Amino acid sequence: MILCSATLGLYMVDLQLSPAKLKLYSWHKWLGVTIFLVAVVRLGWRLTHPAPALPATVPAWQQRSAALTHALLYVLLFAVPLSGWLMSSALGVQVVYFGVLPLPDLVEKDKVLGEQLKLAHFSLNVTLLVLVVLHVAAALKHHFLDRDEVLHRMLPAVRSLR
Amino acid sequence: MLRPLLCLLLVLVPALPAGAQRITAIDYGRSEIRFVGKQMGVPAEGRFGKFSAQVDFDPAQPAAGTAAVEIDLSSFDTGTPEADTEVKRKPWLNVAVFPTATFVSTAIKPLGGNRYEVAGKLTIKGRTRELTAPFTVRKDGAASILEGAFTLLRLQFGIGEGPWADTETVADEVQVRFKLTGVPKN
Repeated sequence: MILCSATLGLYMVDLQLSPAKLKLYSWHKWLGVTIFLVAVVRLGWRLTHPAPALPATVPAWQQRSAALTHALLYVLLFAVPLSGWLMSSALGVQVVYFGVLPLPDLVEKDKVLGEQLKLAHFSLNVTLLVLVVLHVAAALKHHFLDRDEVLHRMLPAVRSLR
Repeated sequence: MLRPLLCLLLVLVPALPAGAQRITAIDYGRSEIRFVGKQMGVPAEGRFGKFSAQVDFDPAQPAAGTAAVEIDLSSFDTGTPEADTEVKRKPWLNVAVFPTATFVSTAIKPLGGNRYEVAGKLTIKGRTRELTAPFTVRKDGAASILEGAFTLLRLQFGIGEGPWADTETVADEVQVRFKLTGVPKN
């Protein structure tokens, strides 16, 4: 969903104004709201079901950077959609979920603030993508180089395939 | 006995709260024409910054009233430059060829209380359609405020042609709200 939304976001911004562009913008926003809602559920799950500790073979500095990366990922899961919502409000285009449920505008219409939020939305996304790449790279390292259980824990389906 | 009474009456009558007066001039500083369209279910609001209105309306004799409004379409303003530029282009209002929209009343009738209904002809982009709009009149100091609204179907006027005729994206209905502050001519 995040990849879909990010790709859509990058593609739609440079389009000429057209009905298709308006549709894509709305779909992007609906996806963003959905991601936000799923993130809420996920955070609730994580808070009530803490992740198991990493294997003792993992060095302390890696344990610390893993914890930091995970925390940042959670922050961004909320910050990215929120910055988009704020930006929409500031640019004066309300978010209406599925074209039916209007979300309240978080800030007054303000062009300068809108442009700043646009940059913030973009920067947060770049940060998120960098962290996702790091996260995937680390998981693959655990699997192929360290040959430990970390990836299996993340993806139980991988284990059942064996 | 009669004379003091008459004197009292003469003093009192002008002080009585006057009913809505005949309106013959408009205070543009306190008047506005606003619209709300919808794209993908999202309201898009704006106003026309420039228009002129010739109104002669006496609430006591509504049927004798007349109104003619001319809107400068280049004053279309949503506060979003990209939208404003787009809507003035050929597929939408085609402001270069049709710079104004006009409304000319054909009849005004009372609906009871302070409510009335104006019927007339609305012309946009060279297309003329019949229109009726309810409105109310209320006093505000020396002025009278006429307020009303109607729903315009943009496609009847060819507003948004070609791919923009798709009402799934941009709704056909556009709410138009007007507020005219009438002042008695000096």
